[in-house]
Amino acid sequence: MSSRMPSVVIVDENAARASIIEAGLIAAGHEHVTIINDMTGIVAKITEIAPDVVVIDLQNPNRDMLEDALQLSRAVKRPVAMFVDKSDNEMMQSAIDAGVSAYVIDGLRQDRVKAILDMAVSRFNAFSKLERELEEAKTALENRNVIDQAKRLIMASRSVSEDEAYKLLRKTAMNQNRKIVEVAESLVLSANLLDGGQL
Amino acid sequence: MIEINSGFIPLTDAAILIVAKEMGFAEEQGIALNLLRETSWANIRDRLAVGQFEVAHCLAPMPIASNLGLTPFATPLIAPMALGMGGNAVTVSNDIYEQMCGVGYNGQFDAAIAGQYLQKIVENLRQQDKQRLKLGVVHPFSAHNFELRYWLSSMGISPDTDVEIKIIPPMLMADALNAGQIDGFCVGEPWNSLAVSKGFGKVITTKTAIWASSPEKVLAVQSEWAEKNQDALQSLLVALVKAAKWCSAKQNFEKLAKIMSAEIYLNIPETLVLGALNGSLSSSASINADHTLPFLEFYDNAATFPWQSHALWLYSQMVRWGHLEHSAESAEIARSSFRPDIYRSALKSTDAVIPSGNSKVEGALKTRTAVGAASNTLYLGPDGFFDDNVFDPDQIDSYIHGQLNL
Repeated sequence: MSSRMPSVVIVDENAARASIIEAGLIAAGHEHVTIINDMTGIVAKITEIAPDVVVIDLQNPNRDMLEDALQLSRAVKRPVAMFVDKSDNEMMQSAIDAGVSAYVIDGLRQDRVKAILDMAVSRFNAFSKLERELEEAKTALENRNVIDQAKRLIMASRSVSEDEAYKLLRKTAMNQNRKIVEVAESLVLSANLLDGGQL
Repeated sequence: MIEINSGFIPLTDAAILIVAKEMGFAEEQGIALNLLRETSWANIRDRLAVGQFEVAHCLAPMPIASNLGLTPFATPLIAPMALGMGGNAVTVSNDIYEQMCGVGYNGQFDAAIAGQYLQKIVENLRQQDKQRLKLGVVHPFSAHNFELRYWLSSMGISPDTDVEIKIIPPMLMADALNAGQIDGFCVGEPWNSLAVSKGFGKVITTKTAIWASSPEKVLAVQSEWAEKNQDALQSLLVALVKAAKWCSAKQNFEKLAKIMSAEIYLNIPETLVLGALNGSLSSSASINADHTLPFLEFYDNAATFPWQSHALWLYSQMVRWGHLEHSAESAEIARSSFRPDIYRSALKSTDAVIPSGNSKVEGALKTRTAVGAASNTLYLGPDGFFDDNVFDPDQIDSYIHGQLNL
């Protein structure tokens, strides 16, 4: 086995996620990293690159096709195995939870493979966290909009200040054991229904 | 309540699992059944292997291949129940269909007739030195792959040299046909219906026409979990067989189609799910017209019984197409991957009609026939291959030998 770093192909339709894995691998000293975003002709592309390791995202429905192609190539000359020792259930679990899998050429040093997969798993997790945070930020923004709308409705109908409108909302929420945003939502919804959507 | 996690692939033959949950059959047996949609059979296999799924909707050959160590990350699996019979069709592009009609094809679903005209097209392409037909199947270890290969071979078309067989995920099959990446495919429903309804292609024959009463999906169970949770598994089987009976009743077809079409399951219009249930999946004629058996059967004719003769036939095809060498030991691993004993003990106290044998001669019954059963009367068959060749599991050596020397 040569001492050069194994070449890696990343199969991921999510270009942003693929890039952060690529960046991580390059930072770790990998020189030969290729990203495949487009699944058309993927088998031919991989055959041409002949990588040591293929990293693939688990949501990709083409995984069966890819696996078949890698199995077939075994007959030629490049044996392929699953990334980790079968006994390493924990590693497998964390990879599945992160949503990533990898295939390696048999005979590649186990520690090298593990390092690549560890990198992929942590970057996949980091990416999901980022997506979650973005989603939360979006929700928070939407919630604030709803609360603002509800406040305006109360201010208009009761001729109270913004501060008083908010207090009223909070009090109602506490009395009904609901979230402020829920009370605001029902208020906006009923106003919408009554006014035919004019707010 | 016992919690059981099951993976499934969006296909009409996932119906038994989905109905067990949605119609309360699982809950009735004290089971909280969680269904998780997956995007590939490889994901199903991996999540079974690490124990994230206790059971799964699975291609019938997969547990066998896994037990024989033929797949990556192989893990011991058993199939204590089948999830119905039939349900696949062969669809070709409009171009190929028209070429077939040009040489005299009339749209018959009969496998020998459709095959004869397809063979003419393959022969024409060969003589004109044109590119081979590309045909899609969902997985190398699928009934689709093996029945398609069996059919082509019997018609004098070599599946390895006269055509090219490609692996394509079921949900992408219609688009691949439309994009010209493939000229035809063998896939489960609703993916033929989708291709036909979009005008991308036409159905030329069916799984039932190639091999009547043949296995398709099974319930795959992690062996270790099955061993440690025998009661839970038995309760699950009772729930699933009740669900199967519900699925096979005509008066439930519309409701079944509605349940299956939901976003979390198939996420496809109800009419496309109905195609497989009432035989309307082809635009031209009823797919059931040529056959005494329905296109897809969930319950009758012992459709949920895990016949070991089915396991052995699938094994014989793995040998035939070069996945492994035949040995008595491997055949035994294949046979014992299907577990009619577990099915029988789970259902013995129910009204289910259970076959008394574990294997049968495939192709022995030419018509629907009343046969011996542990209780009540069991009807089986017809169960033959379209070319009238018989598979006797007791004569597997000579069967395999004969096919290898073709």
